[in-house]
Amino acid sequence: MTTEMLHRIQFALTVSFHFIFPPMSLGVGLILIIFGVKSVRTNDPKWRQLSTFWVKIYGLIFSMGIATGIVQEFEFGTNWSQYSRFVGNIFGSLLAAEGIFAFMLEGGFLGLMLFGGTRLGNRMWLFATSMVVLGATFSATWIVMANSWMQTPRGFEVKDVGQGPQAFMTSFYDVVFTPSFVVRILHLVAACWMVGASLVMSVGAYYLLKQRHIELAKTMVRVALPLFTVLAILQVAVFGANQATMVAREQPVKLAAMEGLYATTTCAPMYLFGWSDPGSQTTTGLKIPCLLSLLTDKSIDGSVTGLEATPVADQPNVNLVFQVYHLMINLGMLFIAIGALACAMWIWGKRLWDQRWLLRILVATIVLTEVATISGWWTAEFSRQPWIVWEVLRTSDATSPNVSFGQVLFSIIMFVVLYILVFFVFIRLLDRKIKEGPPPPVSEEETSSLPDSFGEIFRKRSRVSSGGD
Amino acid sequence: MWLQTTWFIIYVVIIGGYVILDGFDLGVGMLSPFIARNDHDRRILLNSIGPVWDGNEVWLVVGGGALFAAFPLVYASLFSGFYTAMMLVLLVLILRTVAIEFRSKREGALWRSTWDWVFTGSSFGITILLGVALGNVIRGVPLDAQGNMNIGLLGLLNPYSLAIAVTAVAMLSLHGAIFLSQKVEGDLLATVRKIIPRLLAAFFIAMTALAAWTAFRDEAFAQNFRDRPWTAIFPILALGAIVFAGAQIRRGRYLTAFVLSATMIILLLGTVAAGTYPVMLRSTTDPAFNQTVQNASAANETLTVMLVIALMGMPFVLLYTAGVYYFFRGKVELDDESY
Ligand code: HDD
Ligand code: HEM
Ligand code: HEM
Repeated sequence: MTTEMLHRIQFALTVSFHFIFPPMSLGVGLILIIFGVKSVRTNDPKWRQLSTFWVKIYGLIFSMGIATGIVQEFEFGTNWSQYSRFVGNIFGSLLAAEGIFAFMLEGGFLGLMLFGGTRLGNRMWLFATSMVVLGATFSATWIVMANSWMQTPRGFEVKDVGQGPQAFMTSFYDVVFTPSFVVRILHLVAACWMVGASLVMSVGAYYLLKQRHIELAKTMVRVALPLFTVLAILQVAVFGANQATMVAREQPVKLAAMEGLYATTTCAPMYLFGWSDPGSQTTTGLKIPCLLSLLTDKSIDGSVTGLEATPVADQPNVNLVFQVYHLMINLGMLFIAIGALACAMWIWGKRLWDQRWLLRILVATIVLTEVATISGWWTAEFSRQPWIVWEVLRTSDATSPNVSFGQVLFSIIMFVVLYILVFFVFIRLLDRKIKEGPPPPVSEEETSSLPDSFGEIFRKRSRVSSGGD
Repeated sequence: MWLQTTWFIIYVVIIGGYVILDGFDLGVGMLSPFIARNDHDRRILLNSIGPVWDGNEVWLVVGGGALFAAFPLVYASLFSGFYTAMMLVLLVLILRTVAIEFRSKREGALWRSTWDWVFTGSSFGITILLGVALGNVIRGVPLDAQGNMNIGLLGLLNPYSLAIAVTAVAMLSLHGAIFLSQKVEGDLLATVRKIIPRLLAAFFIAMTALAAWTAFRDEAFAQNFRDRPWTAIFPILALGAIVFAGAQIRRGRYLTAFVLSATMIILLLGTVAAGTYPVMLRSTTDPAFNQTVQNASAANETLTVMLVIALMGMPFVLLYTAGVYYFFRGKVELDDESY
């Protein structure tokens, strides 16, 4: 075990843990906006009741996102100081922009959103929620921008002005709009929305199974299920396919690793599942002939570059990449099947509500979408190895040379213990919140006495009589 | 050079924003066990910072991002050199966040008192660790020619840095107490009012000692003031602000005192900045390895892009920060949504 390996393990561990939460924040945020818009449009107290319930869950998830996100921001300096020196001119500015545009927006309005249920009318509450969700989406955009630059770097030149080699920006536009950025942010945001939709759906299905809060539970499923299904189809047919095409064009080695393709061939197959052995340079499994060529080249006899074109030292861990990639893809197919089946049951004959087996599957979707999303990132990150900045800087040249093995080991142990503890409590509290169920509805008169425009907010602060405890 | 200097000033202002805003959150956290007598009091204290603490903490995140973007070499040297201390900072930041979020989610006395201690302990931890870090930055660090250093945790805990940490604890407790005087009522308010003068006295003594120590111990620091005499307005105005704040407290004008306390914090940071500029990280190995605003900054193109970004973003940030504070002004009232 080298110190470099420990740095990598720590980063992978902390960022993967962080990334459990942002997709839920982004996705549940979108659904809260839908609830808010409905509430403004219809004035039906049920929507506000749903918002109140989900905002509490949102607060819990969001705070986990905050707690774990700060680690990421610091780790570039602590564990990857050579990397930070090399890319500071480019990467730092994207990270700082994220802070100013995204985190400040989220942080500013979060209080209004979380405490708005007893203080704000429908429209102002929707406004506060939208600002937080906008901030979270900005944050995803900037960070994916930064990460996309690491995948397909553009708009820079490497010079040594006396402090070792450094990347200098030649065009901010090119740094931002690298060939992979737009494709990746669409795929990512869709994935996050699917995670949020499946969380809402699984809570709804859970209540239906337990025969509690039936009307509200049906409403949750009615909002989340169509969203989930449409996104699942788009994800596979459009965004995912675009990803693969982009990777084939920009980073052919990565695609070859994802599909375990060793020799450059025409009519390259795509595997449903299998096992790739770099030793014997073979991949065995169930495959669909020519599909990879079709997907990347839009033609059956398109040629796909194999791993043989790249020296072994510059190849990632092929089987690892192969497995996580196929996990994502297969789950993607499964989501379409689940969504389509549930929608069909719902539209024809209203049989969805009492199909216990199907409801059980819907409860499980939150775990499945989380797994798919994280395996997607793992695919992108593992297949980037051994480069930290694609074909520019190696991961082994990026670590902090002054940090010792023991120090990283200590911090890994610290994070593992802390994260297990915190995650355990988080799950317990989430479970309690869900079991507690939605609060009783607030009457329309009470809601309408709350300030609902900027003018009213700054003139007087009326509020619902406080409950306290 | 003006670009580099501008970014140095922006950086100091962001750190100042963090210390002022999250400073009172930390102060409330540190004071909590000393002034709260029951669960209701504790909830009031927690909810006094409830809607704003996250937005306040973001200033630290932005500070990290701005340092990375504007002075990448300092970011790399400092964060990797203080590795273990930084990891502990992360630990206490995470613990504070979850303590605030988890505490009121369950009723049990053991549950609540556990998270209360985590909240207070992590507030102390953040203040002390950041104080120690600042102390070492002022004092100088063993940078080599590549900008690397490795100071273990024990190496950071020198008397001077600990003195800064103690002063920081006093300063932020005072700041937090003055903040609370706007937020709480009844017996709790009486307690807060009683301790403010004591905290003020403690801080004043600590600060005076620290200032004297710095002036005599740190030749380079003092020399900078002799070279740029006008920068003496920072410490002088800081002294003025604290004396004036004391007078306002005696008259019961706590809101003005809060503004003065915030002003003093930024002036004290200005003093530190004036005493070190243009050096950002001083090397105790060889002055030639010093990292300055000039040789450790990002390239001009990056600084320009960043300046545009900052100028576009900051007005919005200030606008809604002010709006949110205005909305949540006045005394804390507990309801269903409170922590
Ligand atoms: C979906 C995209 C996404 C990705 C790939 C990442 N994050 Fe994240 N992050 C968010 C989306 C997000 C968010 C949705 O905006 C969060 C989650 C909950 C929250 O509070 O904001 C957040 C929180 C969050 C915070 C706390 C902000 C605060 O205090 O309010 C920091 C400092 C970071 N992130 C930094 C990072 C870094 C340095 C990453 C890369 C290694 C990273 N995040 C990956
Ligand atoms: C949030 C979703 C993300 C996940 C789950 C994720 C996952 C991973 C994993 C598993 C590794 C280790 C790869 C290896 O060492 O074999 C890694 C490395 C890394 N990732 Fe990501 N990553 C995410 C987002 C990002 C983002 C947004 C950035 C930058 C903006 C980033 C920057 C890095 C860096 C600097 C490394 C360390 C160097 C390396 O090992 O390549 N990651 N990530
Ligand atoms: C079956 C259709 C899908 C295809 C063909 C596909 C394709 C891809 C490819 C090629 C990558 C790697 C991009 C890179 O290396 O830069 C990727 C990444 C990713 N995938 Fe998928 N994907 C599919 C479905 C899904 C689903 C259903 C989800 C989640 C719900 C998902 C979430 C992700 C995420 C989060 C990433 C990492 C972020 C990124 O690189 O943009 N994908 N996908």
